[in-house]
Amino acid sequence: MSTATEQHDIHGDEHAEHGLSDLGYIKIAIFLAAITAVEVVFSYTQDQLGAAFLPGLLILMAVKFFMVLLYFMHLKFDSKIFSLMFYIGLTLAVGCYAVFLATLHFFQS
Amino acid sequence: MAIIERPSDEVEVVDQSTPSEATPETSYGVFRRPVETTGWKSWLFTIDHKKLGIMYGVVAMFFFVVGGIEAMLIRLQLAGPNGTVLSADKYNQMFTMHATTMVFLFVMPMAAAFANYFVPLQIGARDVAFPRINAFGFWAFLFGGLFLNTSWFLGGGADGGWFMYAPNSSVAFSPSNGVDFWGLGLQITGIASLTGAINLIVTVINMRAPGMSLMKMPIFTWMVLVVQFLLLFAIPVITVALFMLMFQRSFDATFFSVEAGADPLLWQHLFWIFGHPEVYILVLPSFGIVSEILPVFSKKPLFGYPLIVFSGAAIGFVGWGVWAHHMFASGLGPISVAAFSVATMAIAIPTGVKIVNWTLTMWGGKIKFTVPMLYAVGVIVQFTIGGLSGVTHSVAPSDTQQTDTYYIVAHFHYVIFGGAVLGLFAGMYYWWPKMFGKMLNERLGRVNFWLTIIGMNLTFGPMHIIGLQGQPRRMYQWTENRAGDGFFNIGFWNLVASVGSFVLALGVLLFFVNIYVSHRKGTEKAPLDPWDARSLEWITTSPPKEHNFDRLPQVGHLDEFFHRKYEDRGADGHHEFHQVATAEEVVAEEENNADAHIHLPSPSYWPILLAFSLPIMAYGVIYNLFLLLGGAVLALVSFYGWGLEPHTAPEEDYDPPTGTSMEVAAHG
Amino acid sequence: MADTAVHADAHADHGAHHTSTGLSNNKLAMWMFLGSECLLFGGLISTYMLYRGRHSENLGPDQVWDIPFTSASSFVLLMSSLTMVLAVSSANRDDERNTKVWLSVTSLLGALFVAGQVYEFTTFYREGLGFTTSLFSSSFFTLTGFHGVHVSVGIIMLMSLVGMISKNKVVGDKKEVVELFGLYWHFVDVVWILIFTLVYLIPA
Repeated sequence: MSTATEQHDIHGDEHAEHGLSDLGYIKIAIFLAAITAVEVVFSYTQDQLGAAFLPGLLILMAVKFFMVLLYFMHLKFDSKIFSLMFYIGLTLAVGCYAVFLATLHFFQS
Repeated sequence: MAIIERPSDEVEVVDQSTPSEATPETSYGVFRRPVETTGWKSWLFTIDHKKLGIMYGVVAMFFFVVGGIEAMLIRLQLAGPNGTVLSADKYNQMFTMHATTMVFLFVMPMAAAFANYFVPLQIGARDVAFPRINAFGFWAFLFGGLFLNTSWFLGGGADGGWFMYAPNSSVAFSPSNGVDFWGLGLQITGIASLTGAINLIVTVINMRAPGMSLMKMPIFTWMVLVVQFLLLFAIPVITVALFMLMFQRSFDATFFSVEAGADPLLWQHLFWIFGHPEVYILVLPSFGIVSEILPVFSKKPLFGYPLIVFSGAAIGFVGWGVWAHHMFASGLGPISVAAFSVATMAIAIPTGVKIVNWTLTMWGGKIKFTVPMLYAVGVIVQFTIGGLSGVTHSVAPSDTQQTDTYYIVAHFHYVIFGGAVLGLFAGMYYWWPKMFGKMLNERLGRVNFWLTIIGMNLTFGPMHIIGLQGQPRRMYQWTENRAGDGFFNIGFWNLVASVGSFVLALGVLLFFVNIYVSHRKGTEKAPLDPWDARSLEWITTSPPKEHNFDRLPQVGHLDEFFHRKYEDRGADGHHEFHQVATAEEVVAEEENNADAHIHLPSPSYWPILLAFSLPIMAYGVIYNLFLLLGGAVLALVSFYGWGLEPHTAPEEDYDPPTGTSMEVAAHG
Repeated sequence: MADTAVHADAHADHGAHHTSTGLSNNKLAMWMFLGSECLLFGGLISTYMLYRGRHSENLGPDQVWDIPFTSASSFVLLMSSLTMVLAVSSANRDDERNTKVWLSVTSLLGALFVAGQVYEFTTFYREGLGFTTSLFSSSFFTLTGFHGVHVSVGIIMLMSLVGMISKNKVVGDKKEVVELFGLYWHFVDVVWILIFTLVYLIPA
């Protein structure tokens, strides 16, 4: 599948600690655009997807999120201390706000 | 006109081959940099963490008095039945502003004062990572606090309680601008806290002296580090809530209007997700101060240092999971209540660990009850009382009885006053000689301490009783026919509490008297190491030189200063310390090996200008769009001016050197 | 060669003068700021999620969204992240000209995104969805408004940077600022990745 070869190419462009070459970044951008297109298709085919719609959409969103974070923002290649700073904030945000919404019965249908 | 010279390095060795690192760049500034080292300009434009720390402290003490007067007016009103000192409306303003002032304008900045002054010293640094941002933070705090309090003169103070629950906070129920001043004022001080947090965390992570690993840092620095992380992540949450409140009040959004379909609990959740970490922000610095003082005056190292570090971090982390214990009676439902109840009980554990470790620090030690030690022990005793009532709140069914009564007021005053405030006073007495070169009078200090303890227990002790007897919070009067009989007559205990508040006020007054008495002409200069202390901040002069350390210290131990004075000659795990150097000798050793080049960043006027734009914009939001625009323009100009300004002032901002060959050579 | 030049420059952590961790103070500060922004946008997103269903019958998300238009906007912002990365890459290679080119393209794409937002909002307003129309509209405009302000501030930052590079003020250690502004820009993009999915693509 084209996505698999894209992934392989991306990793091939990595230089251990230093991130990607310009070509590698362009490939990631194309990949992200493709995922966005898939997301939009999902939103139009919600009924056909049934129960797979919401988790599928959220997974696609998460893939984009982490690809920008890890590659464009270089977090994968930088000191773990930067990751720690950001992930503490992200974890607290997701944790607290998910609990907040849960107490207001947001996740109950 | 005074000659203003670039501060010289005061050392013999001068490297003449390489130019100074701070190569001046083309200055775009219209005015020359404010490089004065004396006079009011040296305070107004300073970026020195020590001067900023002192200013934080002075302003915090001013607001302490303001908040204290507000408290005493409340106690005067409640001293007898059907009080007439304050109207119901004024009473609402009084308790709102008392709490807001004490939490945001006294305890937090007072802790910031100590953090700013001592964290760089404790880690062996010359300043914080971002000195101009540090200055900005102070001025933003001052202007925000003043802005908030101008509400008194512009229609009335905020009147919805410091937690500002919706719908009381809406225009319908709080028509004056008080709540607007409150919301905008806290946004401004919030910016100060957030920038300060980033500054201190980067400082602690990145600017430690060689050899100082994280687990060799003093506990005060550790607790400050945890607090900064709490601030970093909690302030944005209240920022969201405050923006939504402002949009509701200023633009008729309906975020908190139930009749428009809003959730009645949205505000409460957002506020307390901030609010619970906030209370640990209030108390952890004082826990740090206590952890510094106990070992010094027990002549024993802190018991269980790693446990105290981890329990501090644990409190910080678990503190994010308990916020809805402030909402047990709000209709959350049994599952939420049970979950938060259990989490709240869990958080008592790391706090208990600290209490145990502190106690074991003193156990078997050679205890000296100086005034700082009295206050530190006072923290342990008084905070424990407050913590115990807290545990009773965690049991949700009993909290349903306690909530919104004076029993809660008793709890949080014991933990805040008994924990945070007593700790701050401990820090005052402990570090005063280092900051000002004079000791605070011990005898007066003792009277100060005991009056404070007696006063606080007389004031807040009875509140347990009157609370359990049912006196609600935030009621501007109580009546005889509801006061009850016998031992539990709330009338009697209200009077006791009010009398207690005057005793407390007397105690606080004595603190100021002590400062005056201790600094009169003719009082002795404090010794370099009056307490036989243990940590790095004492390897400096009193007060420290502008650049803190002549030589950046090489750290080999926890309690590095102690280990430079005392050598362990014991064997087989048995310790036997012999003094091998006096404090004066340790400091002299550093002076004699001073670093050749000491570079400090230069003062700047951009931080205070940028800070000044904030209240202008805030007044603009309330009154006039042009003010808002004007403030925004000042802010924009300040951002650019600041960004384009080099870290050190160009040569031409200084007067020419007065011409010893050494200085000329140093300037190249 | 481009690749070895990248290696050589990437070895030096530009702003890290003798810090305890070897990391740059400024970069550490930026990551911490971004961590705190998670709590800010998390609060705004959660409030929106809570209130997204509170609207009148014909003025809800499903009625007003123009998914093709917003998809195009999202694509524009995504591409601006790419051009930002290329700007940082050029800066690391000391290629001043291309750094300025890519920064300017990024700003342009950002401005295009903001223009799209403005068009979208004015369309909604004309259709009857104002700021205070419903809880859905208030929380929507607040969330996207905050995001839009962040993008706008970013554009100003990037264009100012172009100006500073032209005046030769971004040399040596200071080149790190391109990377730091880039981190801010990517974060703003990442928030939009969340908003696009959670706000626009999940139906009521």
